Amino acid sequence: MGFINVKKKEVQIKIVYYGPGRGGKTTNLDYINKKYKQRIKTEMVSIKTHGDRTLFFDFLPVDIGKIHGFDIKIQLYTVPGQVKYNATRKLVLKGVDGIVFVADLQRERRDSNLKSLEQMKENLLTHNKDVFKIPLVLQYNKIDLKNQGIPLLTVEEMEQDLNQELKVPYFVGSALSGDNVVETLKKIISMTLISFRKELQ
Amino acid sequence: MYNVSQEQLETIDVVLKDDLLSIGVHCAIIIDVAGNTIAQLDNGRCSFDVVSFAALAAGNFAAVDAMAKLVGEQQFSLHFHRGENESIHFSKVNEDILLICIFGQDVSLGFLRLKTTEVIDKIRLIWGR
Repeated sequence: MGFINVKKKEVQIKIVYYGPGRGGKTTNLDYINKKYKQRIKTEMVSIKTHGDRTLFFDFLPVDIGKIHGFDIKIQLYTVPGQVKYNATRKLVLKGVDGIVFVADLQRERRDSNLKSLEQMKENLLTHNKDVFKIPLVLQYNKIDLKNQGIPLLTVEEMEQDLNQELKVPYFVGSALSGDNVVETLKKIISMTLISFRKELQ
Repeated sequence: MYNVSQEQLETIDVVLKDDLLSIGVHCAIIIDVAGNTIAQLDNGRCSFDVVSFAALAAGNFAAVDAMAKLVGEQQFSLHFHRGENESIHFSKVNEDILLICIFGQDVSLGFLRLKTTEVIDKIRLIWGR
């Protein structure tokens, strides 16, 4: 839930990276953390398992500067992707303002993408949020695997699977090399701010 | 999305200062359940990362709340973590906001609990305006 602090003249926004396990959510945040090191005052917080998988969430606060005299503070979270952690995924979605759904382009992960998106819709409903109303961007991740001969889904297939009804912006990217990572972030920030402005009017 | 008026925030600051910092609490923070920091006051000697702390605290509170429901409790309305030098006391103000106090060995837990109960009542009144 976005919070406008009139005293400190700042706006705090919560953006969650959601998606199936090993899809690249944490890698997105890692890339943003490296790229904007100078703007990020703190270390990225990660609650991980011994096997380096996200257990609860990753957290990265980013200041993007001022809009209309207000400091915009973006708080980026990831959810744990593994199927068994749905209870914690639900918790991280509490108060979310915008979502990036990171889907995996690998053909063998087609089912995981679908299941994860379906579950996200249900989880949002438990917080009285509608997937058709919340700012949402899709990222079709791991395009870099194309060069390694790994069978990937086409963009048309991804669109058909995930975005046929939602009709939200999407980016084909690579969290590992950084392709479209920043573009995805910029898009979700601008969509969230626009939705804030609408709410304020 | 929500906002709180400058007057409300200033009144909350006064309550935190007069009722908590005055008894020796090192740092008092009001956060919402999404992990946003609404108000934060300290004795000038706290240098930790409040933004990350708030995110973790909200996650921690939410996790314990979910555990309460699993064992058939409505909620565990307060949590307390004891450290060697610093301890943390969490309490729920209402469905949306939490009060966190960080304090040392010079403050007794019983007294702090008494004071936080008073503070919560005051903040609820301010929040309801």
